[in-house]
Amino acid sequence: MKILKLLPALVLVAGLSFTGCKPKDADVKASIEKSLKEDPSTAGVMVMVDKGVATLSGEVADETARTTAETKAKAVKGVETVQNNTTTVPAAAPVTITADDPLSGGVRDATKDYPGVNATVNDGVITLTGEISKASLPNLMMALNSLKPRKIENNLTIK
Amino acid sequence: MAATEKYKALTDAASAAGVTDLQVREQDGVLYIDGTAPSGAVKDQLWQKYGQIDPNFTGGDLIMNIKVGMDAAVTQVKVVTESSNLNIRKGPGTDQPIVGKAAHGETITLVSRSNDQWWLVRTADGEEGYAYAQYLEPVQ
Repeated sequence: MKILKLLPALVLVAGLSFTGCKPKDADVKASIEKSLKEDPSTAGVMVMVDKGVATLSGEVADETARTTAETKAKAVKGVETVQNNTTTVPAAAPVTITADDPLSGGVRDATKDYPGVNATVNDGVITLTGEISKASLPNLMMALNSLKPRKIENNLTIK
Repeated sequence: MAATEKYKALTDAASAAGVTDLQVREQDGVLYIDGTAPSGAVKDQLWQKYGQIDPNFTGGDLIMNIKVGMDAAVTQVKVVTESSNLNIRKGPGTDQPIVGKAAHGETITLVSRSNDQWWLVRTADGEEGYAYAQYLEPVQ
């Protein structure tokens, strides 16, 4: 009865050796995807495999992530070549904050026509106190927002 | 990313309305939106939306710098003060001496838009100087 016990093992070995010579494209794809998912920077990359050629696509954050994705795909058994079509997302322009000197000048100009409004500037933060009419508030805020401050602390009393 | 969430309707409206060079990023709890609106009406509409989310603009969590795109061919601007005359100054700043005045509703010549806040203008009398851009509206 030894042979019966060995049978499942034999089947397994036969199966392995069968797929072992040339992994199926679908299996290769799954392996690449698994490997890419392990790294958050490459988790969003899409994979296609055709006759051992792996094509990567989608957007990643930077060049490092592109290279990582390619290296990971190349390391998978059954991959002959990698076509790396991933693209990097253009970085958002950094926030520009106006320096206190020009900002103070801008705030003085913007608040000139609102006599009840007091404004101070400190490290890019405009602090408003005093009072203003509800109708004038949007215009004042538009002018102040266009000066590119860090923040506006609006403590105005709305009349 | 609380501010990003809070103002999502606003940023969605901005992209839907065709605001160009739209930049939206959150930093230290403040959301910064920059862009150029295709018209003054779009800018007003976005500010209205902002006012719906934060009626008195007291959140301290949004800086919205939306400019209005302007055809380079525009040479005439209308004075849109509430009712008073518009001061024309020697340089860009309220600390600069007044060199002339333009009447409310008057159309004057736009010489150049040297900065976002102060535009160089010329009145019918030939007085040239800087006027506060918020009180000027392009005449197409």
